[in-house]
Amino acid sequence: MATPQLDVIIADFPAEQSAMLPILHAVQHAHGFISEAALVAIAAYINLSRAEVYGTASFYHDFRLTDDPRPTVSLCRAEACQARGAEAIAAVMKEEARGHVEIKTVYCLGLCSVGPAAMVDDIPYARLDQDSARSLILRQC
Amino acid sequence: MLVRLANDAVAIACGADAVADACAAAGIIPERVSSRGMHWLEPLLDIDGRGYGPVAPGDVAAILRGEDEHLAIGTIDDHPFLKCQQRLIFARAGKTRPLSLEDYAATGGWSGLDIARASAPVDVVETVLASGLRGRGGAGFPAGIKWRTVAAAPDPCRYIVCNADEGDSGTFADRMVMEGDPFLLIEGMAIAAHAVGAQKGFVYIRSEYPVAVARMRAAIGLSRDLIAPFELEVFVGAGAYVCGEETALLNSMEGKRGEVRAKPPIPALAGLFGKPTIVNNVLTLAAVPWILSHGAEAYAQFGMGRSRGTMPVQLAGNVRYGGLVEIAFGMTLGELVNDIGGGTVGGRPVKAVQVGGPLGAYIPPEQFHLPFDYEAFAQAEALIGHGGITVFDDRTHMGRMARFAFSFCAAESCGKCTPCRLGSTRGVELMDQILSGDRVADHIVTMTDLAEVMKHGSLCALGGFTPYPVMSALRHWPEDFGVSPDV
Repeated sequence: MATPQLDVIIADFPAEQSAMLPILHAVQHAHGFISEAALVAIAAYINLSRAEVYGTASFYHDFRLTDDPRPTVSLCRAEACQARGAEAIAAVMKEEARGHVEIKTVYCLGLCSVGPAAMVDDIPYARLDQDSARSLILRQC
Repeated sequence: MLVRLANDAVAIACGADAVADACAAAGIIPERVSSRGMHWLEPLLDIDGRGYGPVAPGDVAAILRGEDEHLAIGTIDDHPFLKCQQRLIFARAGKTRPLSLEDYAATGGWSGLDIARASAPVDVVETVLASGLRGRGGAGFPAGIKWRTVAAAPDPCRYIVCNADEGDSGTFADRMVMEGDPFLLIEGMAIAAHAVGAQKGFVYIRSEYPVAVARMRAAIGLSRDLIAPFELEVFVGAGAYVCGEETALLNSMEGKRGEVRAKPPIPALAGLFGKPTIVNNVLTLAAVPWILSHGAEAYAQFGMGRSRGTMPVQLAGNVRYGGLVEIAFGMTLGELVNDIGGGTVGGRPVKAVQVGGPLGAYIPPEQFHLPFDYEAFAQAEALIGHGGITVFDDRTHMGRMARFAFSFCAAESCGKCTPCRLGSTRGVELMDQILSGDRVADHIVTMTDLAEVMKHGSLCALGGFTPYPVMSALRHWPEDFGVSPDV
């Protein structure tokens, strides 16, 4: 299935500033990142300057402004997961990924009683140990 | 045979879907329900009220045939972890299907809304006020006063915003409500809308909670006619911790950077799009249906001092029996961590607990006599926050945790005020010097000064409360900063 065009994605939303985050989410979901062309198109659609759209998109950790085609594993490294050994899991994941998988640090997936926890494509994983962390990375490669 | 299995994010993350498949392969389709909150047992298989957990797919067939009891925990309702709790918000936990309107109505659902709608709005506000319900997001502000302010605002266009941007590490009660009992939150919001005359409401959910987002959207769709003319919508955040601060959250919903607004004006008078807005946490709104259906007095009978009702405490981190513990205010920290939580996973000594998320103080076991109460914690220079307790064992280096507090603040600062934006980064640098043993005494003086500036000069709790974890770590574990304890 072809990736939907920018204007098609954007047209699903009301042409107002409050649609900014929903539009950014939709564009990133379809294209993987927020391109320069997307910034300009969104700005035109909701009648703001490109700088205002850039300022908002760059504020939020979720939005990426450069393309990274690698698969992403989000690993929680907040206090509760640290207390359960998340830092050692982060090291193992990095080693196993060898740069082929992006290991994104997130602060809290709400799985704080069963950490270390991670998320891949909206699927949560808990009680990670060295073996399960390695196999989670390998499944993405 | 009625077989139940949770389908919230914790259960799924612990492998509940594979266990469900194994049940199906053995000829039994489990009813997917909310989680009991006994997370160390997930996936927890509930067979006619008897529990088995944590279950792996390979265990299922023998358990269903009644031939394998090694994971049995007996009757779930009689488990000591649940026996000591007073579940008002989580009364349905583990017993109903999250998206079943039938289950919800059969367990007393919508009775609070019916009572509210049969009453004058002002009486609903007074009931919430009389219950003593305080905001469960962290600040502990009386919900009834906020509601009264919105109800009295001159502008007739008003909004209800539910703050479900549960970003504190060690907290997951909001997630459990949304994934396990979404109609409860919807009912609470509909009651609030009736009380203050709001037409439209939003649930601001963090993007890290995709299961909660999907389930709230589905529940809103299913209950649309029941709450009409009130309308609800889910708004998904974008990974900014600071958007849990109510004014940053409102900016985010308006399509702006999630920067904190200066107060006044307060959101109750000029909130979303400049209109009077109730911004309440999930747990605050989820407590409201019970208050309406059982009365303010019944609710106020729980608790101590000015902390009335129950608090869903969340036991997290390195704790043996982690999960959700809803109790009346007043239980001591030691009872929560040691008696209910069972200490650390591996049995090593508890070194510290952090209560209230990344901005909460680190508390040593010597202070475990503290009762869970807003005022008692404030007196001990700590905070309850959203009720998360994160447990750390004796291998934890508190100097490094202090550094983490600063670095977290630096990563998540919205950048609007200088003490938070710059102070957090200077704090990381100072901690690096302290941890490397460089002029420790001097740098601790500077850091203490910096903490004072951040505490009093920051616009919101992110910069203002970061000194809590930092200074509590220094106060109780000076040796982890290279300072001899007797100096």
